[in-house]
Amino acid sequence: MKPRHKRLAFILVGVAGLAVAAALILNAFRSNIVFAFSPSEVVSGKAPQDRSFRLGGLVEKGSVQRENDGLTVHFVVTDLAQTMKVTYKGILPDLFKEGQSAVSLGKMGSDGVFYAEEVLAKHDEKYMPPEVAKALEEAKKAKGMPATVNEGGSKQ
Amino acid sequence: MIPEIGHFALIVALCMALVQGTLPIIGAARGIPRWMALARPVAQGQFVFVVIAYACLTYAFIHSDFSVLYVAEHSNSALPLIYRIAGVWGGHEGSLLLWILMLVIWMLAVTVFSRHLPEEMVARVLGVMGLVAVGFLSFILFTSNPFERLLPAAPDGQDLNPLLQDPGLAIHPPMLYMGYVGFSVAFAFAIAALLGGKLDATWARWSRPWTTVAWMFLTCGIALGSWWSYYVLGWGGWWFWDPVENASFMPWLVGTALIHSLAVTEKRGSFKSWTVLLAIFAFSLSLLGTFLVRSGVLTSVHSFASDPKRGLFILIFLVIVVGSSLLLYAWRAPKVGLGGSFALISRESLLLANNVLFAVAAGSVLLGTLAPLLVDALVAVGVLGQSNKISVGAPYFNTVFVPIMVFAVFLMGVGPVAKWKKASVPELAVRIRWGGAVALIVAAIMPFILGHWSWLVSLGILMAFWIIVTVAQGMMERLRVHGDRPWSERLLSLPKSFLGMQLAHLGVAVFILGVTVIGGYENGKDVRMEVGDTVEVGGYTFRFDGVIDATGPNYEASRGIISVFKNGTPVMELNPEKRVYRVQRQPMTIAAIDGGFLRHLFVALGEPVGNGAWSVRVYYKPLVSWIWLGCVMMALGGLLAISDRRYRTLARKQRESLQEQSGTANVALPSAPVLTRAEVKS
Repeated sequence: MKPRHKRLAFILVGVAGLAVAAALILNAFRSNIVFAFSPSEVVSGKAPQDRSFRLGGLVEKGSVQRENDGLTVHFVVTDLAQTMKVTYKGILPDLFKEGQSAVSLGKMGSDGVFYAEEVLAKHDEKYMPPEVAKALEEAKKAKGMPATVNEGGSKQ
Repeated sequence: MIPEIGHFALIVALCMALVQGTLPIIGAARGIPRWMALARPVAQGQFVFVVIAYACLTYAFIHSDFSVLYVAEHSNSALPLIYRIAGVWGGHEGSLLLWILMLVIWMLAVTVFSRHLPEEMVARVLGVMGLVAVGFLSFILFTSNPFERLLPAAPDGQDLNPLLQDPGLAIHPPMLYMGYVGFSVAFAFAIAALLGGKLDATWARWSRPWTTVAWMFLTCGIALGSWWSYYVLGWGGWWFWDPVENASFMPWLVGTALIHSLAVTEKRGSFKSWTVLLAIFAFSLSLLGTFLVRSGVLTSVHSFASDPKRGLFILIFLVIVVGSSLLLYAWRAPKVGLGGSFALISRESLLLANNVLFAVAAGSVLLGTLAPLLVDALVAVGVLGQSNKISVGAPYFNTVFVPIMVFAVFLMGVGPVAKWKKASVPELAVRIRWGGAVALIVAAIMPFILGHWSWLVSLGILMAFWIIVTVAQGMMERLRVHGDRPWSERLLSLPKSFLGMQLAHLGVAVFILGVTVIGGYENGKDVRMEVGDTVEVGGYTFRFDGVIDATGPNYEASRGIISVFKNGTPVMELNPEKRVYRVQRQPMTIAAIDGGFLRHLFVALGEPVGNGAWSVRVYYKPLVSWIWLGCVMMALGGLLAISDRRYRTLARKQRESLQEQSGTANVALPSAPVLTRAEVKS
């Protein structure tokens, strides 16, 4: 093989490889991306029915209920404009508390309840996840009045 | 008074960094020996002043000086001594100071271990590091001064975040930062080569040990972080593809590519421009990592309260560093040249493929990590109308990573047995066929022995045994050379760098086995347990004997008592805790783990669910410790590699040759000494 041909072969192999890699990565990216929605958005039908998404908001005070098996938990997530019922089975994170922010990952059930596979709570008293901050802010805008949050507020 | 001394020392250090970042570089460009000679003493002086500043902050922590705002925010009079010392890096300001401390330690190391280098090179390397120091010292002085006073002083401190009160986490940041900052040396060497316009095998040999050491620290730092999240966060997972984990993983991936590419540059003189580019990216990604962690722009388990303004400073610094070094690269890289040629199938091309795979892996992690930020930015400038937070979770990373690593591992087996310059495919196939066959057979049978068969488990075992078999084969071939001598002698006579490579590759195999087995055979559940209830997991019976109250130095705890039985006989008692730290009132789960070489038993308390019952998480985790054992082996492999004789003999030879040639600064050093030739033959 002449050096020129060799270089060409290198470039062709390289470009082909990278193209395949890029296509696979972007495909994986597209099918695994997770969007976040607020309760208001879910109520207005913006959230997908058949795909997982993140639901952000505050856990409504007095809404946490446990079933007799000790593991299944029902609670209500609110953005102070709309609310959303959530069911989760498993151990909740340490910082999960009523009146505090939480982000749940899961799917909508046909009964209008959000079935969470994973619940994340913040790791610091002063921190609010962006999903929750955004949900509260949008609900505030929609209602045209200031939202009252029981904590330090977001860092945005 | 002490905090003021610390503050003042930092200002002095900044002034010295300014000198270090300018005069030696100009001196090297214009050939002014006296300016170049400034680099070493100034760097050492800077080291002294940063250490003084760091010591002052530590003093304020140990003596609970709550008139210092940072101490008041991150310490408490009841905090045990060790966490007061570790508390210094428990927040933003202090961890930045730690970053700078690491930087000056690396600088000092360069001044000490660079006696055999030409003056010009030392001046440029230290000069570039000085410029990095200028960036970080001004960052700390102008935006995040840890010595700021709080008047009147607080009666007591707000305490260290309970999550950070853990021995594993106490050493995790220093390790990680040693790695991050260590890449600044590789970066400085790369920039120095670009400035000087000369890059040869000798250059690669100088910068190689530095890069390997930084990579070792980063490996250990990431492993420690993973270990910490395994037992402190109480979830029992070892990797979450969390943005902050990714932030440390990206420089690791590029750093891994870099140490392989440096090997080619040193041995064959090829890949020159590519090596330089990788060094620039490794350090840039370290800076990006610092930015992501410290700015709080991403949702993450590490998202402790942080300040976006500071993020902006690092972002600007990042843009300057990346922008100027890439500009310099575009301008000077053609002068550096590409280096020697090689055939389409050769060890070089296989290593190139490895490099491309690691770069693609780093790119895919970068995409997944920055996508949420990118979408926010697009919304902000109006390209995307609807504002929508997105996140990219573990499924994406797993989908992307598994195929990339399958290829990389395949190459890992072939690469070390392939010839430099030109290898023949038939010959390679003949050499690896038995190894491949053994690995395939083991992969087909092993899953049945372990439990049940699944494609992923079989694939993982195939990859691990492919590495083990090829490593064994590589060793055998080397050991057969002097067949008449005793085994031990032959083993010891092998080059340390070769042994280091083999050990690190074996570490990857051990890591893959850990990941595979835990993924396929982990067994566990969340259950509600009343006193006396039992649950069966992984052949062990766990009996819940209730929860008692316990008190620690600065927390109250509910301590669970769980008796573990095997075949009816009691084997141990596990005591998971649920702690509430007195000051921050933050609850925290402390899992109880019975660690063994072959399996971990993992028990964590959930919460009380009435009638004295608790929700309890019980896991049987086979081979989980192999994940970290593999990382340790990789790091030890690095250690073995840098202890290679040739770095020392080279240093000695060059010192001698420098002295012989009447000590001029512009000595052209002999490239690729004879020793290399001998090692090239595999």
